[in-house]
Amino acid sequence: MVDSDVVHTAMSTAPGEVEPPSGPGALGPRGMGRWAWRQLTSMRTALLLLLLLTVAAVPGSLVPQSAVDPVRVAEFTAQHPTLSPWYERLSLFNVFAAPWFAAIYLLLFLSLAGCVLPRSRAHWAASRARPPAAPRYLERLPVHEGWTVDVSPREVLDAARLALRRRRFRVDVGSDGSVAAEKGYLRETGNLLFHAALLFLLVAVAVGNLFGFQGSVLVAEGGSFSNTVSAYDTVRQGAAFRSGSLVPFTLTLDDLSVRYEQKGVQRGAPRDFKAAVSFTASPDASPKGGELRVNHPLVIDGTKIFLLGNGYAPVFTVRDGTGEVVFSGPVPFLPRDGNNTSVGVVKVPGAKPKQLGFQGLFLPTAVLDPQRGPISVFPDDALPRAVITAWVGDLGLDSGAAQSVYRLDTTGMTQVMNSGRPLAQSLARGATMTLPDGAGSITFDGVRRWTSLKVSHDPGKQWALLSASAALIGLMLSLFVRRRRVWVRATAGDDGRTLVRVAGLARAEGEGLADEVAEIATALRAKED
Amino acid sequence: MASESVAQISNNLLYCAMAVYAVAMYCYAAELAFGSRLRRGEPALVTANGAGDTSYDEPAAPVEEREDRTGKAERLGRIAVSLTALAFGLHLASVIARGISAGRPPWGNMFEFSVTGSLAVTGVYLVLLARRDVRYLGIFVMLPVLLTLGLAVTVLYTESTQLVPALKSVWLVIHVTAAMIASGILTIGFAQTICYLVQERRERTPAEQRSPSFMDRLPSAAVLDRSAYRMHAFAFPIWTFAVIAGAIWAENAWGRYWGWDPKETWAFITWMVYACYLHARATAGWRGRKAAYVALLGYSTFLFNYLVVNIWLVGFHSYAGVN
Repeated sequence: MVDSDVVHTAMSTAPGEVEPPSGPGALGPRGMGRWAWRQLTSMRTALLLLLLLTVAAVPGSLVPQSAVDPVRVAEFTAQHPTLSPWYERLSLFNVFAAPWFAAIYLLLFLSLAGCVLPRSRAHWAASRARPPAAPRYLERLPVHEGWTVDVSPREVLDAARLALRRRRFRVDVGSDGSVAAEKGYLRETGNLLFHAALLFLLVAVAVGNLFGFQGSVLVAEGGSFSNTVSAYDTVRQGAAFRSGSLVPFTLTLDDLSVRYEQKGVQRGAPRDFKAAVSFTASPDASPKGGELRVNHPLVIDGTKIFLLGNGYAPVFTVRDGTGEVVFSGPVPFLPRDGNNTSVGVVKVPGAKPKQLGFQGLFLPTAVLDPQRGPISVFPDDALPRAVITAWVGDLGLDSGAAQSVYRLDTTGMTQVMNSGRPLAQSLARGATMTLPDGAGSITFDGVRRWTSLKVSHDPGKQWALLSASAALIGLMLSLFVRRRRVWVRATAGDDGRTLVRVAGLARAEGEGLADEVAEIATALRAKED
Repeated sequence: MASESVAQISNNLLYCAMAVYAVAMYCYAAELAFGSRLRRGEPALVTANGAGDTSYDEPAAPVEEREDRTGKAERLGRIAVSLTALAFGLHLASVIARGISAGRPPWGNMFEFSVTGSLAVTGVYLVLLARRDVRYLGIFVMLPVLLTLGLAVTVLYTESTQLVPALKSVWLVIHVTAAMIASGILTIGFAQTICYLVQERRERTPAEQRSPSFMDRLPSAAVLDRSAYRMHAFAFPIWTFAVIAGAIWAENAWGRYWGWDPKETWAFITWMVYACYLHARATAGWRGRKAAYVALLGYSTFLFNYLVVNIWLVGFHSYAGVN
């Protein structure tokens, strides 16, 4: 029996655990393997691996992560040109998928498995074995009571057996005039369940990563998309993911309504986003209407669609030098601040004689600040203005290199000037900016909202939840169930009376054993009197 | 009544609570300073040798101590407890008024989280006090509560308003309440761990060579260690539940249950460090001081998550409302 300080959350306080030999020297390959296995599954190693994993997670929160925020990674790389390659080499932009991170948690889980298995076997055996027999001298145990009665020892022991059974003890009647009882096996069961559930959680996460799919897409009001891998702007898919498993729905964003706080210090803080959508669950299904809100995803045939961000897509019409309409439609701009000051570009590769590009600033509620120039003072579109500058030349789209739709590559272009200064105009709804020398014009027709939608498919998530819940239940059992043993011994005295002793022993730190023994003793006495 | 005036009532109640907490803290301090040298909370002698189960916190008081209990220090201690209960009442009323004025659970930004979280700390202390003699902890509870409230009303103060859409969910109640209760218990455990470390150091000197100190009024290192363990063991499943509830909410709001957002990462780190603590207490060579240091590390990761991650690290959980 261990001293009261031992906590049975410990995995490798397993019964029968042998102290590892001092070193691997002269053990031979087999002995060496066993030595290494014992080292790995020892509590001390598990503890160090736990600490190591904790420390390893820290850079993941301090260095921008490409899986969480690729834009910030790009910014960081631009700001730290010498440091970034090293970060890249050490996987610091991708800590949670880094080989060294995986090495730590795989070792930890291996160590854990190496503990759970032998301990499960031992616990299985222990829970089928009889409770340990009563020690000879119960009065030497820390918690004990004794008294004498007039009934025979056998009657006392029968009563004790029943009383202990009623208290849900496992009871064994010894041949030497004693009763042994034990209770609280659920503590170790919970402990094993907790650790095994963590192993399953890891498997569930791995299944989600292997077979899962996440796609996000930006849709302007009136726009639509179908649930195919190519329709998404950004996609994360597992190695074993099959595109055929995507639900073949098509979704149209009919309307996005946004409400902002109108007064007080929180003026401009978002209060409500609501997207009205219509969708067809499969190509031959009839269209249905639906609503999407933050925290209220839309579910189509088991696929969840989430509302993430939102912004403005100003609608422009561009005419080229020949007077032909070469572009017309909404262009999503990216919000830059809390008042939705948004930036974006319009690329018109079809313009003649030269390609046209426009850089724009969209201000939903525009004010001309004497110092800072045109700014937005409220996120809603109360007084929308588009501030436009124009470029002429080669957009660089033919080179084949990937280009951001939010950025203009101006290397092959020249900025359109007006009397020595860049041409810039703030356009109200319906206004047109005409480029000099008959190069064309751009009209700001109005504005629509866009929303970014995320579609997520994770076949491991139910299993992850199940494992986590099992882990929690196991954890509570292992921390709150107390394992304790109670013995009753009845001996016939010389005077014909029977000496009864009750004693208890708790395995883990806890309280109430003395009370429990006292209660059992009281119950027995009540019976015998 | 207009919601602004209810918010004002809430603020006034909070200031009153802080004043009463401060007086209570001085009373606890005076009790420790003027009390006799006798220790409280020594284990009863009936179950010697430490192997069994002893009721450590409810001792059969020796005669001298019983006499001391009618003395000046005892009176101060009782006043301190009454004041703590009064301050808790005012604090609770303030939180309720804040909730009424905003029309929602009052933990939607960092100010409100701090105020409600510190209420949880006092609440845990009072519940514990009803069950055991933990009055020695009073000053170590009043101090962090007052510091948190001071930080809340000066640096973190945010006017009572509606929630941003991301927080409008039933999970705000489930996830944040669990996190606050767990942090309340962890704070008490942290205070006990500090007491343990000081007491353990003190006990290395033989009793007769020690100079008198208020530490004599505290329980022995073994008792403190055990009580701290109980607090941590109780808080750990609640923290686990808070993390799981957060993951369920994240799945419903952002389409993934775990995404290594800084807040999530630090919740994980805190969980791991406390898991280390629970294991360390069962590992030879780690029991005692080392395990206690791991517990302190756990609390500091929790503080980092609460203060640094909320304000400085960019992530999905940016609801601090601090400008």
